[in-house]
Amino acid sequence: MKIVVCIKQVPDTTEVRLDPKTNTLIRDGVPSIINPDDKAGVEAALQLKEKVEGSTVTVISMGPPQADVALREALAMGCDEGILVSDRAFGGADTWATSHTIAAALKKLEYDVIITGRQAIDGDTAQVGPQIAETLGLPQVSYAEAIDVEGDKLIVTRQYEDRKHIIEVATPCLITALSELAEPRYMSVRGIMDSYREKEVKLFTLEEIKDTVDMSDIGLKGSCTRVKQSFTKQAKGAGEKIVDGSVDEKVAAIIAKLQEKYII
Amino acid sequence: MSKDIYVFAEQRDGKLQKVGIELVGKARELADDLGEKVVVMLIGSDVKRNAEKLIKHGADKVIVVEDPMLKEYVTEPYTKAVTKIINENDPNIVLYGASAIGRDLAPRVASRVHTGLTADCTKLDIDEETKLLLMTRPAFGGNIMATIVCENFSPQMATVRPGVMKALPTDNSRTGEIEELKIEFVEADMNVKIRQVIMSDKKAVDITEAKILVSGGRGVGSPEKFEMLKNLAESLNGEISSSRVAVESGWVDHDRQVGQTGKTVRPDLYMACGISGAIQHVAGMEGSEFILAINKDENAPIFGVADLGIVGDINTILPKLTDEINRIKAEQD
Repeated sequence: MKIVVCIKQVPDTTEVRLDPKTNTLIRDGVPSIINPDDKAGVEAALQLKEKVEGSTVTVISMGPPQADVALREALAMGCDEGILVSDRAFGGADTWATSHTIAAALKKLEYDVIITGRQAIDGDTAQVGPQIAETLGLPQVSYAEAIDVEGDKLIVTRQYEDRKHIIEVATPCLITALSELAEPRYMSVRGIMDSYREKEVKLFTLEEIKDTVDMSDIGLKGSCTRVKQSFTKQAKGAGEKIVDGSVDEKVAAIIAKLQEKYII
Repeated sequence: MSKDIYVFAEQRDGKLQKVGIELVGKARELADDLGEKVVVMLIGSDVKRNAEKLIKHGADKVIVVEDPMLKEYVTEPYTKAVTKIINENDPNIVLYGASAIGRDLAPRVASRVHTGLTADCTKLDIDEETKLLLMTRPAFGGNIMATIVCENFSPQMATVRPGVMKALPTDNSRTGEIEELKIEFVEADMNVKIRQVIMSDKKAVDITEAKILVSGGRGVGSPEKFEMLKNLAESLNGEISSSRVAVESGWVDHDRQVGQTGKTVRPDLYMACGISGAIQHVAGMEGSEFILAINKDENAPIFGVADLGIVGDINTILPKLTDEINRIKAEQD
């Protein structure tokens, strides 16, 4: 089985802080990581490979040259080959342009299963996976919390708020992974060495994919949406604060407020 | 010329989901701004009986698509139905709930009709000059907000998180049109097979429906101490909810998590107990009518959004508060 996993290198948004004086994002020193849902996808792919003899796992990422580090990490976990899709022409892409660029690169590869993360923690859109599937004309199963193989079919547990679907899907198909799909393994020392010495990260620039994508579908110009404005959120104003006083006094203050609001 | 505001009304087992009704409320407001109509897409199997309800909540027209294949949500048949409606009617705006269904369907539709899509919006407005839809959403874990526009493609599409928009009250005097649209589905449309549907066995508690939430965070300290919060919630006829830490520590089920990666809630009363107030958490609860925060740390950011902040120990305050509420309620009976 030929498995391709799409990953994104993202800033660890739980580490992002606002500068209280300027009210702007402090990005310095914020570590870059493999997006958590994507990393679970890498692990799920490696587990599928272990189940189905003769499988390969290719990992692909669209981003700046630094995204090479994320691909090497996936190789060190056990993926066979990496592909970095990187070119200035791809910059400023929204999810339409991103999905068309990645789909163009995927058309250059053989695949039975494409796995993406459900969503990335920097953008939280959950759109690129389904949009790649549509561009490639593949069935999709999103929000996957388990994947199994049965002959040439995949059995996927698909999560909703109130239920789960056990879904049978034929290959080729695209699956989007929840972070609970699989607990990512650690890189081994040997794996890290191999990822740089034995394994390869191929670079796909515009030159490599120009025959599989329409120029009007990539980059800022190919994007359907545009950011008109971005701003840091205005905090809701603080109300009354009670610091001093006994426990009884504080309880009384709460009770008074609840009564004033007709809650009790 | 593209016109009218379309809403995908999500249903499960034939029952309308709240988010669809909330979106109809917002669509009504946008449509009145633009002088356009609100049209609801009601797609499923045996769902037509909900059409009147949608009209009474603000819709001008409901397009009903029924087919046995649409009983459970599956990407392809639903995409086919929505795409057909869009292609035949050329709407100006299409709104979807940012649920596990909407976030699967909307991107697929956006790609098929070649238009933009803005995910998880928390605010929708019409630009006074350009009449474009201004779609505002959080990014970077809620640290920044971005306003997105889709100028050159149509329709303008957005998903909106459940609980963000307010549904309009039922207006029994409203009337509207109901159109039954027949779409022919073929076997190839069902490109995946549902082997089994497993309903969540836990008694489903929807914290977005609760009027009162007693919410706990890291400061609660243990699953046993969450009992204090449960007792307080019970005295107020409310539910408990939590921050991400409490879920990750296994103290509370994940469906009770409030925040960027959890749910957006806007209860009448939100009591944040031992919650520091990380921006990701605040993003999910700042729309609450009244926020009461209790925290030992005087400098906790939660006090920045609290209408009433109490600096103190929840271990001593909560049990007393619960007793006091129970005593007052007993007197009232």
